[in-house]
Amino acid sequence: MQKKSSLIIAREYLSRVRKKSFIIMTLIGPLLFAAIIIGPMWFATLEDREVRIIAVVDSSKLFIDKIPETEYLKFEYLENTTVDQIREDFSETHYYAVLYIAHIITSAPSAVQLMSDRQPSLNIRMHIANAIEKELERQKLATYNIDNLEQILATIKTNVNIRTIIWQDDGGEKESHSELAMITGYIGGFLIYFFIFLFGAQVMRGVIEEKSSRVVEIIVSSVRPFQLMLGKIVGIGLVGLTQFLLWVVLSFTLVVLAQQIFFPDLGTPSSETVVPEDLFSSSTLHQSQPIGPDDSGRIAEIFSSISAINFGVMLGAFIFYFLGGYLLYASLFASIGSAVDSETDTQQFMLPITIPLILSIIVMMNAIMNPEGPIAFWFSIIPFTSPIIMMARIPFGVPIWEVTLSGGLLVGTFILTTWLAGKIYRTGILMYGKRVNYRELWKWIRYSS
Amino acid sequence: MDLFEARNITKNFADHQALCDVSMTVPEKSIYGLLGPNGAGKTTLIRIINQITAPDKGEILLNNRRLRSADIHRIGYMPEERGLYKKMKVGEQALYLGRLKGLDKKTAVKRLKHWFEKFEIQAWWDKKVEELSKGMQQKVQFIITILHEPELLIFDEPFSGFDPINTNLLKNEITGLRERGATIIFSTHNMASVEELCDHITLINNAKAIISGPVHNIRQKFKLDIYRIGFEGDAEKLHNILNHDYEVLELTGSSAGYTARIRINRQSTDNLLLKLLMPHFHITSFTEEIPGMNDIFINLVNRQKTGVNQ
Repeated sequence: MQKKSSLIIAREYLSRVRKKSFIIMTLIGPLLFAAIIIGPMWFATLEDREVRIIAVVDSSKLFIDKIPETEYLKFEYLENTTVDQIREDFSETHYYAVLYIAHIITSAPSAVQLMSDRQPSLNIRMHIANAIEKELERQKLATYNIDNLEQILATIKTNVNIRTIIWQDDGGEKESHSELAMITGYIGGFLIYFFIFLFGAQVMRGVIEEKSSRVVEIIVSSVRPFQLMLGKIVGIGLVGLTQFLLWVVLSFTLVVLAQQIFFPDLGTPSSETVVPEDLFSSSTLHQSQPIGPDDSGRIAEIFSSISAINFGVMLGAFIFYFLGGYLLYASLFASIGSAVDSETDTQQFMLPITIPLILSIIVMMNAIMNPEGPIAFWFSIIPFTSPIIMMARIPFGVPIWEVTLSGGLLVGTFILTTWLAGKIYRTGILMYGKRVNYRELWKWIRYSS
Repeated sequence: MDLFEARNITKNFADHQALCDVSMTVPEKSIYGLLGPNGAGKTTLIRIINQITAPDKGEILLNNRRLRSADIHRIGYMPEERGLYKKMKVGEQALYLGRLKGLDKKTAVKRLKHWFEKFEIQAWWDKKVEELSKGMQQKVQFIITILHEPELLIFDEPFSGFDPINTNLLKNEITGLRERGATIIFSTHNMASVEELCDHITLINNAKAIISGPVHNIRQKFKLDIYRIGFEGDAEKLHNILNHDYEVLELTGSSAGYTARIRINRQSTDNLLLKLLMPHFHITSFTEEIPGMNDIFINLVNRQKTGVNQ
């Protein structure tokens, strides 16, 4: 009996792992994940390489040569000319935009204007606004005639970064990153949702395939129907696990690799070290201008907070909740597959499966905002939604008793659903050409073997 | 000795009775026909024998011992609706299904090689099932059914969908299997194949076994005492010679030779008939008409139908 189960599992597993679609998915997944992680960082550093020159018409004469230039942003201060004159043949000039500063500079919107024949980028606007604010502040401060103003300003410059610390029961402390916990929770929950649907549907399709090709009758003359169902569920579950672990390993490799290529300086503690300009343009930006926090520092922070996630716990929780959720739903998917003759007939039975899953996704949005709230709590205990919701809560830290309760209920429920599904399956796989409804299914469940 | 016995099998489904108190005994090394119109309960009985479903009442004996789940390996089954995994390669699939029946890999490969050679289908080993024609798939299916060399083979409608050449091949294989010691149960509508192959039959109609026994006995039992007589002479005299114990059903032919179908009533015998005819005619042939299984089948099923209607 044992041998036959392993034969079935092996067939289900190998026939899927060897498919082209599996190999493609396995390769594309990590690329996507790596792109999600690396992409925003890379874009953050990806400045325009085009040198833009902005004509400044400064009626107040307060800001001449005061706006800091960057490698790609230059300012030309024009005197004895008006905006209208420039506008006349603007397209012939080499200017990207014209900056007009009024006589009396107040906070009125028309006091400073940036004009162009296209939409000036947000970065440039912020850069200019920042520079003008700073310069105005400096000039206002200067009117107080304070000695050593420059030094005082340099010393009072502060940068506040709030760190959130979670007190552990054992007296220790743990640094938390709530944004990151949200993101990880979201990704974890969503992945479980995705995997349950993907592999649950594969179980259903597999059952329908066996039923419609009639091979099932030969197989159940060799093994018990329940054994076949379980073998299929386990085999496909292992495919899912394989895919997930390959994704983790490949994504990790890719992220590390990308980190080495795109941000080679992150390994060293000082990001001030000389960096080739063509590779990392933002560091020159940082050297030449005081505005904005250190970009590479921010990236380093992201990396350090990613490494602060307890990957061991996350991985363990993911595998447990994926398997629990998958087993719960896969047996239901299998019983649906057995009850119908073709995939088009599955619609009416899919609803009870789809609703808790989709509800989970909706509740998950709430759960990552308020992981301790009653909604998050109850839905992470109820077995049909707990795999997704609990997974989303795990990165925030969940009391052991809650995880134990939710895990225990999940295991108990999947044993129950598998048992019920087995009864439907046993009758369904040999039933052809019959319109099956819920009453019929209930009858099948009550059949004594 | 009997290999297989079904005792008082009853099986109810939610809305109908599939089998009602059906019993049958299959002698060892025989070919046993399971007959009956569509929906009579044959497939249900076959599924019960294969332990795919369990009976509500009754028991199945194999070698006088109650059927156990381990006996699955002693039974080979080819369902009526044949099917294989379409995307799986032929060889791999045959190996998988053989191993599910308890063969170890080495033996399964060895036997498969042998059968593939015998059926001249070695070239299909690495083909996907969906690339094969229906007839080809059925050959593969047959090999899979007999691969684990079971004592009891069950074929549900084995000839449906086979072309005449493959039907013949299959018939030869079935008789060959019996010669090598296997016992075969098959269900069929094809009465010609029943007469040709079966030693015993059971006819199931409306969930009940309505007749059971050796084919020869059943045909004898259903004969209508009709004789076909070929003769030469004056056919006109026939009616004068025969009294009310005989009934001429049909008279055809010419002065060169006549054929008459005559029914004998219970009071008389064939020998008496011959005695009556011999002084007047030159008898060229004298045979008893034994009804074909086809007639018996239709006769019995219809008789039951009218009985039910009343």
